Amino acid sequence: MAVLAYIESNKSKPKKNSYEIISYGRGLADKLSTELIVLSFNIDSVEDLSNYGPDKILNIKNNDLSNFNIQKYADVIAQACNSLSIDIIIIGGSADSKYLAPSLSVKTNSSYVSNVVELPSSLEPFTLKRSTYSNKAFSDITIKNEKKLIGIYNNSFGIVEKKSNPELISIDIIIPDSTLTTDSVEHGSGDISIADADIVVSAGRGLKGPENWNIIEDLAKTLGAATACSKPVSDMGWRPHSEHVGQTGKPVATNLYIAIGISGAIQHLAGVSSSKVKVVINTDPEAPFFKAADYGIIGDAFDVVPKLNEKLKVFKAGNN
Amino acid sequence: MKILVCISCVPDTTSKISFIENDTIFDKNGVQFVINPNDEFGLTRAMWIKEKDNSSIDVINVGLQDTEPILRKTLAIGADKAIRINSDPKDSFQVAKLISDYVSKNNYDLIIAGRESIDFNGNMVPGIISELLGMNFITNCVGLDIIGNKITAKREIEGGTETLSFDLPAVIGGQKGLVEESDLKIPNMRGIMQARQKPLDVIEVNKNNLFTETIKFYKPEEKGEIKMIDSDNLDELINLLHNEAKVI
Repeated sequence: MAVLAYIESNKSKPKKNSYEIISYGRGLADKLSTELIVLSFNIDSVEDLSNYGPDKILNIKNNDLSNFNIQKYADVIAQACNSLSIDIIIIGGSADSKYLAPSLSVKTNSSYVSNVVELPSSLEPFTLKRSTYSNKAFSDITIKNEKKLIGIYNNSFGIVEKKSNPELISIDIIIPDSTLTTDSVEHGSGDISIADADIVVSAGRGLKGPENWNIIEDLAKTLGAATACSKPVSDMGWRPHSEHVGQTGKPVATNLYIAIGISGAIQHLAGVSSSKVKVVINTDPEAPFFKAADYGIIGDAFDVVPKLNEKLKVFKAGNN
Repeated sequence: MKILVCISCVPDTTSKISFIENDTIFDKNGVQFVINPNDEFGLTRAMWIKEKDNSSIDVINVGLQDTEPILRKTLAIGADKAIRINSDPKDSFQVAKLISDYVSKNNYDLIIAGRESIDFNGNMVPGIISELLGMNFITNCVGLDIIGNKITAKREIEGGTETLSFDLPAVIGGQKGLVEESDLKIPNMRGIMQARQKPLDVIEVNKNNLFTETIKFYKPEEKGEIKMIDSDNLDELINLLHNEAKVI
């Protein structure tokens, strides 16, 4: 009986959400008075993982696992759970983790609950709070199965530092053949993906056309932010689908969300409701987004955004 | 080719969400139910395959009788047959297991389900079906080409897309991008008339595998008052974001 936290890596380093996943695992293992094992593939240095409290680290180094493959990854994680007698698996909310979690749950006979935002409020019955109705509500869900797979909603639990002195362990694994072939991976033009960003700068029809997006991109660059857009903008082809935020697009759970020229349809508001701080810039004082935001500016994007960008550049320069 | 499209019946995206009976049950009063958008993108993509090679399309839903108008709508859009598994959908594994049991008795080449329903947001049903049946699987699918037995499909990843190839039979988790919003079909009168004659089979269930139970709902906390900042005083915004919100 132990808790296993599976973290992803990117270019041999832990992905940003790893620390939140380990923090959650630590909190849960403490509640259950059991040990926390962190599982990763091909990380160069596991040293900073010990800032978040693992008891053991299993970092499997194998060239066959250097690129994500659902069949290989799910199988190897299941093998690790089996040889380490794992009852509860913690996994993140990234695209890859959400892709492999259902397969992993079947392979390990676990019941999978996704979009979890807190530690269990009760262990008997085991009760988790999760985001549901496309972020318009939360629910308490109980799991009757001894074996559980908990998927954490990105940026919901936070990072809790707790220094530990983990034991590095290893196990024998067999990597299965895959019937899926990865032909190519194409990365978008933006420097930062919405999932990885601390700040997202998002714009809507108020921008009047795709040719005006330079002011949005400039502001995002100054802030080190990802760019996003509303549904009409993606439907009209002004911006790629991958930037569409909302109920049928992506949810955004970021620290700062800046909405420019977006009126705030209910589907869009649901998609960004998990973001911590929201700023709205809109010409229309009646725009529904003003009711859902923390800070608001009534003004024309073409006037406000370049001015804000210049002031932020000065602020950033002064802070460095 | 035999295609199966999994259909979930969900509140329209514009719905306000509220709960009754001490926040234990979703309030359906005044809510319009629709085909889950992620499923509808998949159904539309299946129609394109059918138009090209005369494939058959069955749609399947786990639900009670009140989902039948939605299933009739999928028939009006162009599906050939609907199957309703007569069970209240309470848990993603339950739904995926019932569908995979049906598939194992009625072979399909391609199964398409939405990447998630917009009400439960489990992100589980297509993945569990694929694993239970041992089929190839991708989700967040934004591109699909099938030639003979070979599939080339794109899936959305963080900051880009990944292209994979594999053989049928396979399970696809659909979303926007598989087809565009403007490609979605509104049933015409001929389709609606034909749908009345098409089969809608109801299958009874012996056993539900329920390992989870949703026991209570919460509405998100009300947002505090918004602070308005004059557009001529942007330094104030920067000050608030830095010193008060501490996000820059």
